[in-house]
Amino acid sequence: MSGDAARSPSGRDGPAIEAKGLVKTFGETRALDGLDLTVPAGGVYGVLGPNGAGKTTALRILSTLLRPDGGTARVLGHDVLADADGVRRRISLTGQFASVDEELTGRENLILLGRLLGFRHADAAARARRLLTAIDLADAADRQAKTYSGGMRRRLDIAAGIVVTPDLMFLDEPTTGLDPRSRNQVWTIVRALVARGTTVVLTTQYLDEADQLADRIAVIDHGRVIAEGTPGELKASVGSGILRVRVQDPAQRFEAVRVLTRALDADVQVESDPSALTVRVDDSERSVQALAELNRSGIATAQFALGQPTLDEVFLALTGHSVKEVAA
Amino acid sequence: MTTDLAAGEAIDFELLSVLDEGTRPRPAGRFSASVSHLYRAALRVKHSPAQIIDVTLFPAIMLLMFTFLFGGALAEGGTGEYLQFFLPGVLVTTVLMITMYVGMGLSSDAEKGVFDRFRSLPLWRPAAIVGPLLADAARYTAASIMMLSFGFVLGYRPGPGGAAGIALAVLLLIVCAFCMSWLWTLLGLVARSERTVTTASMTILMPLTFTSNVYVDPSTMPGWLQAFVGVNPISHLVTAVRGLMGGTVTTGQIGLVLAEAALVLAVFGPLTMRVYRRRN
Ligand SMILES: Nc1ncnc2c1ncn2[C@@H]1O[C@H](COP(=O)(O)OP(=O)(O)OP(=O)(O)O)[C@@H](O)[C@H]1O
Ligand SMILES: [Mg+2]
Repeated sequence: MSGDAARSPSGRDGPAIEAKGLVKTFGETRALDGLDLTVPAGGVYGVLGPNGAGKTTALRILSTLLRPDGGTARVLGHDVLADADGVRRRISLTGQFASVDEELTGRENLILLGRLLGFRHADAAARARRLLTAIDLADAADRQAKTYSGGMRRRLDIAAGIVVTPDLMFLDEPTTGLDPRSRNQVWTIVRALVARGTTVVLTTQYLDEADQLADRIAVIDHGRVIAEGTPGELKASVGSGILRVRVQDPAQRFEAVRVLTRALDADVQVESDPSALTVRVDDSERSVQALAELNRSGIATAQFALGQPTLDEVFLALTGHSVKEVAA
Repeated sequence: MTTDLAAGEAIDFELLSVLDEGTRPRPAGRFSASVSHLYRAALRVKHSPAQIIDVTLFPAIMLLMFTFLFGGALAEGGTGEYLQFFLPGVLVTTVLMITMYVGMGLSSDAEKGVFDRFRSLPLWRPAAIVGPLLADAARYTAASIMMLSFGFVLGYRPGPGGAAGIALAVLLLIVCAFCMSWLWTLLGLVARSERTVTTASMTILMPLTFTSNVYVDPSTMPGWLQAFVGVNPISHLVTAVRGLMGGTVTTGQIGLVLAEAALVLAVFGPLTMRVYRRRN
């Protein structure tokens, strides 16, 4: 890739998004409760949160579909209220739910959008053809979108958002419900967009997705940002690491919990695997001593690992509930 | 073509070059945006042509049923005379019934994410609503032609209004239908589901058409009902259309209809656009 591909797409320095104190209520529900967000230009910004956290509401406000009840937001330097058309000329949004006309074919959908965006019909058709090939939908191009699989529909949805390459692209849960292969295809598109210089803001409930794809992450819960930073920073904020141990004989697990609790002076968690334990540690030196202590007490370990906490553990530490629990 | 950079990280160079070509033209203007939405409506008809038959089949059955089943009883001169009286009325009903479809279409777009996509484009906002309404005008014309042809087959003969009268009647009808559609567009955007829109529009339209002069001469009705039929705008429209086709229309009748249509447009047009812009 050439060096200028990574240049700030806004053509000037400054964050891609600056939102302060966004509030949105729906009747009794406070969907956003003073949301602050600063998204740097370039790269992938992940917005992570459980169901109902306010992710979609935030994206809809930032993409001018919804008016906030309070607070301000500037997107690529344009105010979302005062200069909504300025924002719309630079962004695209692929919402959580299908945004294409399912009665039309994939090709017709892209041609329609191309025409609305200002291409002449022939140019719109040429652009549609190129896009459909690039996202691997050429074979299904002339079938009605309602016959597409979940993954195909999602790719068409995303393609609809890049008929004109936006400077900032919002993707609301682009991979929810997709199988690993389709998920990878979506990630490939996201990476291509970023390589081209587009800032991508995506929401997700999948921690590993945020971990792998995002340069920075905002964790939101109940309409507020409760933590923000690089995936590494977020993990570090929770403690230096996690010690995972599997004992050889599940019958000895209880004894192992006792030994580790004493040696590390910390809460030991038992996992659903009957021989596994995890414990948060601040100091790797002590972990080594604790493992030696296990050995001395006659407890054989089948496996042990000292690692960074996963984002799931980060989430648990931040909110007191795990993402999966809420999502279930 | 993809190339592996690191484990799990692939950059798709074909996609990259497609993205590089995606420079933004000037967004479509008002006219071209509306035409693009018209193009969408045409594509939808292409994929399910049954929707055209749908909207004309029901009125055709009504025309047959009323003419031959009740016609003899409803008009002194028997079925033939009743057809002369009833055809303009059934024409109005047919076209007004079709207007409801625009609301259903909008609400189904809004239920899905299609509307969000359109609303996030830098476009003249009313195009998304004006486009489908233009498509409807084509549908009204088609339905009118079908009903009129069917009427001719059954024995309808134009009165002193002649062909010009019929053409003007259809034109007036289309103008009124266009204005009335804005009531359904508003309903389509406010209602939570397509089903609600269908039920609500039927609940408004059915009683209005039945308590008008579409089916029977109001002079046979009780006084209180006559009073209502007299102020029902659908009666005014039917009177004007009948008058144009029969060559007895007055300027006052046409003026009244146009004024009512303009009033509906002036109220529901801006309301629709306001809701469209602010929808949450
Ligand atoms: N149009 C609406 N009317 C009423 N309540 C709404 C509306 N939109 C969102 N809400 C409520 O606002 C809260 C936040 O919703 P939002 O859709 O932003 O969450 P989310 O983080 O996107 O969740 P999910 O992961 O399920 O998509 C929820 O409690 C939701 O029920
Ligand atoms: Mg959501």
